[in-house]
Amino acid sequence: MAVVAIPKASEEATSAPTPTTQPNTITLRISRFNPSNDSLPTFAEFKIPVQKWTTVLEAILHVKQNLDHSIAVRYSCRQASCGSCGMKINGKPALACYTKISEIGSKVVTVEPMSNFPIIRDLAVDFKQLFSDHKKMKPFIMRDDSEITPGTKEFVQTPKDLEKFLQFSYCIKCGLCNSACPTMATDESFIGPQGLAQAYRYVADNRDQGKKDRLKIVDQSHGIWRCHFAGSCSHVCPKGVDPAMAIQLLRGYLMGFRK
Amino acid sequence: MAERLSNREGIRGMANPTRYGIERVAYWLQRLTGLGLLAYLIGHIYETSSIVNGKVAWEKMLELTQTPQGHIILTIVIGMCVYHTANGIRVMLGHGGIGVGKPGEPEYPYKAASLNYKQRLCIWVSIALAALAMMYGAAVLFGD
Ligand code: HEM
Ligand code: SF4
Ligand code: FES
Repeated sequence: MAVVAIPKASEEATSAPTPTTQPNTITLRISRFNPSNDSLPTFAEFKIPVQKWTTVLEAILHVKQNLDHSIAVRYSCRQASCGSCGMKINGKPALACYTKISEIGSKVVTVEPMSNFPIIRDLAVDFKQLFSDHKKMKPFIMRDDSEITPGTKEFVQTPKDLEKFLQFSYCIKCGLCNSACPTMATDESFIGPQGLAQAYRYVADNRDQGKKDRLKIVDQSHGIWRCHFAGSCSHVCPKGVDPAMAIQLLRGYLMGFRK
Repeated sequence: MAERLSNREGIRGMANPTRYGIERVAYWLQRLTGLGLLAYLIGHIYETSSIVNGKVAWEKMLELTQTPQGHIILTIVIGMCVYHTANGIRVMLGHGGIGVGKPGEPEYPYKAASLNYKQRLCIWVSIALAALAMMYGAAVLFGD
């Protein structure tokens, strides 16, 4: 049994929380770009105080609240769940709310919009293509009968069945994978790791009967064959989805390695 | 302008191997060695086709390649060939879903199973084999 020591009244006074670290000052460089006015992005620099626990998103919001409210940034959950705050942080795609300044280990932090997505303004990018490719993968269970048909039961799955697709269903559509992908960098019609991984998520679900349809969708010239297994998508994915694995397993079906 | 609006990284981003671990380096080397081998193959066909112009032309062509520069180029070709084949076998198996890990419940800190030690080991072995082959090749070419 765990024993919890209750501090005596005299100790309590002295153990009041004292800041363990003084705020550090860092330089935050934010890429500014408005496609309707600017021809080139520029950087705005801000000196801001940060604590050990300050995230990049908090740093940006500090600037927005105190120094320049016109900075465009998208965020919502602040806890790596909504997939809104992906950006390039010191050159690499990451979630701003999930990256602590202290982890970066640099006095200068540069934030830029994610590559391979059109810029709406500053740090906010356009997800139209990602969402439309995601939809093309038919991200739903396909079968003739349904759980809500009278007289039928729910589709039972064992934990083992669940494990086959669970990690791929953790995707938050943040787009970091698409922004790290080398094929995405040059091929504007490529489905991308996000969409391909979602195709596999449903193919691997034993409730689903749409495998044939989905394999047909990804088996096209800007589809699965453009993946060269460089692994960069999985390198940056913040949720452990591992799109590179999903894509190779999906391709296994097309190549006849898997049934 | 279109590039700016789409914000795509383009060839420069694609060919930048520095940001995403050894797997991206392996990808970059595979492309580079693939292109190198293609260039060599074309040169090689040009070189060997000189035989249709007779023995003299053939020997003149051979002489052209029997130089220190020629030997250095051949040593690099040996390295490219070995790396490209060894890593190519890894990539082909991976493309079929072999050796890319098994799906499971993701746990913090979410290390991707497809970037596993077997894949990394194969990449390093490909590089090491290429280096060994280059050393052996250079010893034979430059030895008397
Ligand atoms: C044992 C022989 C070979 C094997 C096993 C092999 C295998 C491979 C593999 C697996 C790839 C990567 C495909 C991908 O990234 O998805 C590749 C790419 C490439 N190979 Fe080879 N290859 C071999 C010989 C050659 C030769 C002799 C040449 C040149 C004449 C060559 C030229 C290329 C080129 C240009 C690429 C780049 C294409 C790309 O990255 O998309 N390969 N090779
Ligand atoms: S696969 Fe990972 S990196 Fe890609 S969109 Fe989903 S959560 Fe983001
Ligand atoms: S704000 Fe929701 S993922 Fe970062």
